[in-house]
Amino acid sequence: MFVLDTLRHRLRRGCETMAFPDGPPPALPDRHGGALRVDAQKCDAGCSACVSVCPTGAIARPASEPVALDLGRCIFCSACVEICPTRAITHTGDHRMAVRRREDLLLGGKEGETVRLAAALDEQLRRLFGRSLKLRQVSAGGCNACEADTNVLGTIGWDLGRFGIQFVASPRHADGLLITGPVTRGMELALRKTYDAVAEPRIVIAVGACAIAGGPFVGHPQHHQGASAVVPVDLFIPGCPPHPLTILDGLLRLLGQLDPSRGR
Amino acid sequence: MSAATPFALLSNATGLPWTAVPEWPVEDFVRTTAGELSRGARLCAWFGVPEGRALRLVAVLAFDADNALGVARSEPFVDGYPALTPAHTQAHLFEREVWEQHGVVPAGHPWLKPVRRPNEAGNAPANGEFFRVEGSEIHEVAVGPVHAGIIEPGHFRFQCAGEEVLHLEIALGYQHRGIEEALAVGPHRATMAQMETVAGDTTIAHATAHATVMEALAGTEAPLRAQWLRVIALELERLANHTGDIGALAGDVAFLPTQSACGKIRGDYLNLTALLCGNRFGRGLVRPGGCRHDLEASRAHQLAERLAAALADTEQAVAWFWDAASVRARFENVGVVFPQQAAEIGLVGPAARACGLVRDVRYDHPAGWHRFAQAPVAVWPGGDVFARARIRSLEIQRSGALLREQLALPPDGPTREELPPPAPETLAVALVEGWRGEVCHVALTDAAGRFRRYKIVDPSFHNWTGLALALRGTAISDFPICNKSFNLSYCGFDL
Repeated sequence: MFVLDTLRHRLRRGCETMAFPDGPPPALPDRHGGALRVDAQKCDAGCSACVSVCPTGAIARPASEPVALDLGRCIFCSACVEICPTRAITHTGDHRMAVRRREDLLLGGKEGETVRLAAALDEQLRRLFGRSLKLRQVSAGGCNACEADTNVLGTIGWDLGRFGIQFVASPRHADGLLITGPVTRGMELALRKTYDAVAEPRIVIAVGACAIAGGPFVGHPQHHQGASAVVPVDLFIPGCPPHPLTILDGLLRLLGQLDPSRGR
Repeated sequence: MSAATPFALLSNATGLPWTAVPEWPVEDFVRTTAGELSRGARLCAWFGVPEGRALRLVAVLAFDADNALGVARSEPFVDGYPALTPAHTQAHLFEREVWEQHGVVPAGHPWLKPVRRPNEAGNAPANGEFFRVEGSEIHEVAVGPVHAGIIEPGHFRFQCAGEEVLHLEIALGYQHRGIEEALAVGPHRATMAQMETVAGDTTIAHATAHATVMEALAGTEAPLRAQWLRVIALELERLANHTGDIGALAGDVAFLPTQSACGKIRGDYLNLTALLCGNRFGRGLVRPGGCRHDLEASRAHQLAERLAAALADTEQAVAWFWDAASVRARFENVGVVFPQQAAEIGLVGPAARACGLVRDVRYDHPAGWHRFAQAPVAVWPGGDVFARARIRSLEIQRSGALLREQLALPPDGPTREELPPPAPETLAVALVEGWRGEVCHVALTDAAGRFRRYKIVDPSFHNWTGLALALRGTAISDFPICNKSFNLSYCGFDL
């Protein structure tokens, strides 16, 4: 008798939706590592060990300049953290890494040791979208991992709907796009048409290393090295794929639903 | 059967010198391959290797009953050759692909059109002409590339008479990222990350296939403990995806208790993979020569406890689903693929096993830790949505039992060893039973031991045709459950 069974199950399990953001966020897996931090002044002179192990060319160290890491290109393989002799590149364990401007993902150098987290939308857009944001998802060369971990936000554990955020089945119903993948040439026309079909004002969110800079496929001629080449992007969420918590944090940060004064 | 074959035989996860691969004039090569397929062999891979301005064809066959693989090649030729497809449908996409990549024409191919090449403007795939059914009562429905949910892009073209689908043609290529092209003269620094994202929900299977090919080229294998870790991760990947698929099928027939429970439990399995390596999809775990992380005793204990809880939750959620007559009635006799069709088009994985075909790489061609630890092959007759869902729930039970057994018996030893350089002029093959079916990686090295050709065949490459056939005679409104019951990869096909 599945009716009685499911009712009993529900009563026994109670509410399975996480307390975050009112309560503490769920812990990242201990081997995840979270966002990276780059203390460029710790670098040994002449050392470029991290540059040569980075699979996506996310790290550069021009002669006589400090090391610079682009967290947008990073696929979080930790090869640089493991090889660095002076611990100049370290894990922070922080799930928060969404930014509004591409350059806010550049670490080290003169830019800063960590990401400059996203600011909320301006007052007018927040009035429009703050309590109801409908997104159309476009996978443009995504490998189905960013898609899966975006999809998971709709399950009972995360319950994205409680923030008024929902994925919709037509661009005509949408306030913006959430793009995954490096934007393959095969998806260029479809992405442009989808973007054009969303009424203004509209926002664009790039999720994952591919959508920010091409990810593991950076440099291939079969794609556009990220969504910015085709449409203007308002929020960049790094990761390969980003943990669902990182994606949720980015969405809530954009809508001004996280209170920085409470350390969020 | 395989004893009498003129093909060179090899086991899964091994290699042989390129000169030891038998070669025949292309007409003989096609005829011999056709003969082996007629006697029950299966086409795992079929691809071109350029030789100056000419081309060689290479065929990798599976003799499942003999636990052996066979490989042969044609002599170099130019322009064209007699197609294999008219005799053996399972070659149809392979021959289209070779035509697209190398320009040689398979004469007599009944439906020669692009697979993933872009159009002239370079901003969409060159889909070519679609098959059309003519008639005043016929209407055509075009769906995609962008779909209604959070899902990868592809185009579906239905020819319908009222509700009934007469024909479905599936056009892909939207996700092409140039993976095989980038592997030339590899492996490169980004290669491992690219192998992990061929199909992101199949990270462990593709990463294991690639690592195994590298190990075969080096004439060695990974330490036993690493092979064991790969099996743990592979079965976790299967559990997560199968559970997600059951939930999605429940959602499509509006059976919400199972949908919401499975959505959450799928995440529980992904989190177990993250416990092992930090990433929910298993990125960064498998490397040529072993694994980058170990599962030490305390972590294994934690994994086993959380796994037991997730399996119990799954069993309950799946039981609601099977207990409901409304669900069973909705799935039975919908989207049928007949066993003979399945064999002809070369279906693999759960989709093949749901047609009663006993076809599982873990059983037919065991390599790595699967030589010591096996799960019984789950087979169900029927070929409908019901059977494909049923296979998943059986495989959840069997993967769960295998994991419980294996977590209690870890082998000792290192998890990673330095890999010798790949042998020059060698061809190596690795098959892995991913959650969608057979993942096939074939590498051919040049004189310096770099990749001269690297072929990847995702199970979806075999199986998309199965979805198209399943729709024939089915109501178009049943497309969502048919599609979910296959749940194929777009990027794994498009590469």
